[in-house]
Amino acid sequence: MNLTLKIWRQAGPNDKGGLHTYQVADISADMSFLEMLDVLNEQLNEKGEEPVAFDSDCREGICGMCSLMINGEAHGPEVTTTCQLHMRSFKDGDTITIEPWRAEPFPVVKDLIVDRSAFDRIIQSGGFISANTGSAPEANSVPAPRDKAMRAFNVATCIGCGACVAACPNGSASLFVGAKITHLGELPQGQPERWSRVVDMVGQHDHEGFGGCTNIGECAAACPKEIPLDVISQLNKDLRTALKNGH
Amino acid sequence: MAVSGLLFIGFVLGHMYGNLKAFAGEESFNEYAHHLRVLGEPMLPYSGFLWIMRVGLILALIAHVASAVILARRAAKARPVKYAVKKNNGSSISSRTMRWGGVTLLVFIVWHLLNFTIVKINPSNGDTGGDNPYHLVVDTFDTWWMTVIYLLAMVALGLHLHHGTFSSLQTLGLTGSAVSRARARAAGWVVAIVVAGGFSLVPLFVLVGIIEK
Amino acid sequence: MAGSTLHDGLTPLNGPSEQKSDDARGYYTLGDKLVDPVAPTGPIKDRWTTRKFENRLVNPANRRKLDVIIVGTGLAGGAAAATLGEAGYNVKSFCYQDSPRRAHSIAAQGGINAAKNYKEDGDSTFRLFYDTVKGGDYRSRESNVYRLAEVSANIIDQCVAQGVPFAREYGGLLDNRSFGGVQVSRTFYARGQTGQQLLIGAYQAMERQVAAGTVESFTRHEMLELIVVDGKARGIIARDMVTGEIETHLADVVVLATGGYGNVFFLSTNAMGSNVTAAWRAHRKGAYMANPCYTQIHPTCIPVSGDHQSKLTLMSESLRNDGRIWVPKKKEDCEKDPRDIPEEDRDYYLERIYPSFGNLVPRDIASRQAKNMCDEGRGVGPLVGDFRRGVYLDLGDAIKRLGKDAIEEKYDNLLDMYERITGENPYEVPMRIYPAVHYVMGGLWVDYHLQSNIPGLFVSGEANFSDHGANRLGASALMQGLADGYFVLPNTIRDYLADGPFEKIDETHEAVVEARRSVEDRVQKFLSINGTRSADSYHKELGNIMWEYCGMERTEDGLRKAIDMIRELKADFWSNLKVLGSADTLNQSLEKAGRVADFIELGELMCIDALNRRESCGGHFRAESQTDDGEALRHDDEFAYVAAWEWGGDEGQPVLHKEDLIYTAIEMKQRSYK
Ligand SMILES: Cc1cc2nc3c(=O)[nH]c(=O)nc-3n(C[C@H](O)[C@H](O)[C@H](O)COP(=O)(O)OP(=O)(O)OC[C@H]3O[C@@H](n4cnc5c(N)ncnc54)[C@H](O)[C@@H]3O)c2cc1C
Ligand code: HEM
Ligand code: SF4
Ligand code: FES
Repeated sequence: MNLTLKIWRQAGPNDKGGLHTYQVADISADMSFLEMLDVLNEQLNEKGEEPVAFDSDCREGICGMCSLMINGEAHGPEVTTTCQLHMRSFKDGDTITIEPWRAEPFPVVKDLIVDRSAFDRIIQSGGFISANTGSAPEANSVPAPRDKAMRAFNVATCIGCGACVAACPNGSASLFVGAKITHLGELPQGQPERWSRVVDMVGQHDHEGFGGCTNIGECAAACPKEIPLDVISQLNKDLRTALKNGH
Repeated sequence: MAVSGLLFIGFVLGHMYGNLKAFAGEESFNEYAHHLRVLGEPMLPYSGFLWIMRVGLILALIAHVASAVILARRAAKARPVKYAVKKNNGSSISSRTMRWGGVTLLVFIVWHLLNFTIVKINPSNGDTGGDNPYHLVVDTFDTWWMTVIYLLAMVALGLHLHHGTFSSLQTLGLTGSAVSRARARAAGWVVAIVVAGGFSLVPLFVLVGIIEK
Repeated sequence: MAGSTLHDGLTPLNGPSEQKSDDARGYYTLGDKLVDPVAPTGPIKDRWTTRKFENRLVNPANRRKLDVIIVGTGLAGGAAAATLGEAGYNVKSFCYQDSPRRAHSIAAQGGINAAKNYKEDGDSTFRLFYDTVKGGDYRSRESNVYRLAEVSANIIDQCVAQGVPFAREYGGLLDNRSFGGVQVSRTFYARGQTGQQLLIGAYQAMERQVAAGTVESFTRHEMLELIVVDGKARGIIARDMVTGEIETHLADVVVLATGGYGNVFFLSTNAMGSNVTAAWRAHRKGAYMANPCYTQIHPTCIPVSGDHQSKLTLMSESLRNDGRIWVPKKKEDCEKDPRDIPEEDRDYYLERIYPSFGNLVPRDIASRQAKNMCDEGRGVGPLVGDFRRGVYLDLGDAIKRLGKDAIEEKYDNLLDMYERITGENPYEVPMRIYPAVHYVMGGLWVDYHLQSNIPGLFVSGEANFSDHGANRLGASALMQGLADGYFVLPNTIRDYLADGPFEKIDETHEAVVEARRSVEDRVQKFLSINGTRSADSYHKELGNIMWEYCGMERTEDGLRKAIDMIRELKADFWSNLKVLGSADTLNQSLEKAGRVADFIELGELMCIDALNRRESCGGHFRAESQTDDGEALRHDDEFAYVAAWEWGGDEGQPVLHKEDLIYTAIEMKQRSYK
């Protein structure tokens, strides 16, 4: 198939960017979206134009490195990551607009690449269980109810990609934070730090400049790992309990 | 935000119920309006209850609008550069129109108070003051464009409540499972339809002449 | 373990090997024999305990003054950073991704082994040790492997304490499954995302230390050179991939936990950025590269669909439990819709050749047989070039037997992923699979302390060669990464650091300046060649050579040919490469060029190593060394050694140092799956 691409190009964090139009031809339906961009880049390189910078690493939907707003949808039209999106989701002659994640706490580094280190700082603020190496008790000494462990796992599958922020009209990262709060809060090991964790993580979230959640639901619809909206409810509940108890 | 919003929901439900007294005729409607003022007497002075309500509502409105402004400003700061193309996949219209809907409601509330409470403007003849609430209501909604404004405001209110009900429950952390979330969404529909629908009945019935002086 | 006896580890059971063949003559120089200077002795089960006790301690007050650089944030690096940070050392952690959480350990699906014996099915430390040595075709060091099995149980405790949501049974206790053809259930898992959950555990532990101020995290930083001062590793040169700045980081000790180099094949299940650069730079600075030719090729990957392919995707091996593997008996049927090929025209070749193990034969056998079928012209799927690369994995029988729901519950995510990538519905059409490069057992040579031959340079995880011999069991790489990071390194590195802090050096030290200049020159060189071809195109070409001649089956002639081709490719690369953009911004073409340059040199060494090893063992199959019925044939008398290669200079030849593998606890046996 032949496609018209409108791609955001921006030389560096402080440069002005804009949409540039490119044509690609003979794209096979079996290609992944990023392989289609590889083809474009090879073409640009040949012409002596600098290739488009975009992030990817595992290319199998698990590392969370890839991003891209594709025709106004985070990770494109399917419920998956951009690297797992295939060209059979598009038609010959389509025009595809490709933009970076847009959020103040995710500044553009170059072209389609943004800086998501705000997520790391949110984890640093409390997204962990303090258990020094060597201090752990025998693993089966504390059973964890299976349903809770399952819920913990289901939300622990968050890949930290940032699509939730990109899709949210408020630029909020509540889905990401809620997923971690729920993951750790559902496990017996996560209880001792449960209340301080939620207060600290929400504090860091706001400090980074993410917007406030108004429960619109674009995040969950964009999430490639289908993290459900109820983690935000859990986040709010834990926060309310924590504040009530003076944390 | 959620607390003040829920307070409003309680208020509009009560208010709507009161308005429906118009169907019972002039006397019972006016009695209801009077009853509001003497409620709680002699523990409270004349209009005491009404004033507690008013103060509570004003404080809630301030809190509500202030939170709304803060949230809107945070959102604007969190996304200074807009997308060239952006689709909505997971959100209802109601959830995306909370801000404009809220402003619409605010404007409406001001007019609504001028109309019925503070200045008591009678749009059919330009009179102000007067002390027959029932007549004021009927005269107002006999004026077609007043009914249209009112109905539009009810559309805005319905939308606002559709998302607001769900959203406030979610904000309070009461929707922790798929089931409770579905219930909260359903509650949004019910509240929106009951309130907006209920409020709309009186003006519609006045306009078509079923309720009359 | 029928027929095998336990030995106490006090007496050698074999002598040193004596190599008779010399296929690689002319390509290398023979160096001195190598011995592990810190190899433990005594009863095998006491070796690690004794060593932990003997290793010196570092006073807590001194730890803050000791700088540790850890390159890599996968299981091996992340766990080490967290643990050394907790201990109070001053840690700097590096990764090339935008967050430590994205290291490729994240992609591991199946699970992690541990000798917990929760199922009471006869597992033990000794059995895990035995299985690992046997699985590695007796080409690993027994002391290391025993230690790995010994600490495996602690890993699970540690991970659970951190909140890793392993699968659980209804009673709330941990669940296990059996994996990779072993007969006990010792694999812990978190659905198909075990690596992700383990890595997030390590990542969170590390980020906690970042908050505590003991670990400093440098993301989007690529290590481009090792700094060696007076024979000791003292730091690294790294490029800030955002600003392009070349930075010097000095330390008392350097740990490389930079993962595997499977991407030398261009197509592999590794991440796009997985590279050998860190290890290769260290190799060029004197660190030995051990057994580079040992590559694991995984049988159940989604086949290549065309020339555009940028990477391959693994599907869990567990599919082989329910799927039957076949190809058409007749070549003419290969283009047909598989559903139209009647039962009698299908060749269930694994069941035919290996009646007792059937579809569950070890990875290397399953892979090689798939290749044989395709080489015979009976491959299926689209033509890529003039060749069909694929065999069927058919869930049809299982769906009939167990019902669609049961299969869906078991493999749901996996089958969805397959459908997304191929556009075919695996419930209706048999899936197509083909082998792909997945893991490398080879890596930098390390001693029992995980220290390379350069003092102060430690290597952990997939980047070292240490524990898997010539082949790795499923679910054992995660175990090794975490064992190294949480439990081994912290206990061995302290013995080295007990002599520190070492003499202060600064950025003006001659060796530092030299290292930095060499990096800057190289960057400038890439940008100034100004030829016509992208780094990617060289990478693809290298990958094709490696896959063809140094892949599943290797021959003397093929390897010689490959070496010549790689040398030509290298010359062309350095004269015809085209890298656009500048050095002082984010420049992905430049990053790629550096990695490809190192892959090319590594590829040559891999071929030389494969050429020298005229035996078939584990993942290394030499066509010249097989039994009459085509099975791998080991030559313990000649090759029971670790091949540790020393860099011989740009113009010189690599130098081979052999470390004999002497077993004291297990006797070597030929394996047989017939
Ligand atoms: C698809 C797949 C599935 C697998 N499934 C399993 C399984 O089920 N069970 C199992 O036991 N094993 C499995 N493995 C193998 C296992 O996942 C890996 O061997 C192991 O995770 C490697 O961990 P590591 O810490 O050594 O390296 P990695 O996790 O690869 O980490 C490497 C780190 O080094 C950094 N790095 C690399 N080069 C540089 C440089 N030049 N400069 C700076 N930083 C650098 C990277 O940023 C990264 O942080 C699987 C592997 C793959 C690819
Ligand atoms: C009858 C009057 C009103 C009722 C019943 C009402 C009810 C609610 C409720 C229940 C919520 C959800 C709270 C939450 O998510 O936590 C809400 C949110 C909100 N309301 Fe109101 N409200 C009313 C009037 C107003 C007015 C006058 C404004 C004017 C500015 C306003 C602006 C908003 C905004 C901006 C939100 C935030 C949600 C978002 O941004 O999506 N509302 N309202
Ligand atoms: S919650 Fe979903 S969208 Fe948000 S970071 Fe995690 S995986 Fe990505
Ligand atoms: S590249 Fe790893 S999730 Fe897309």
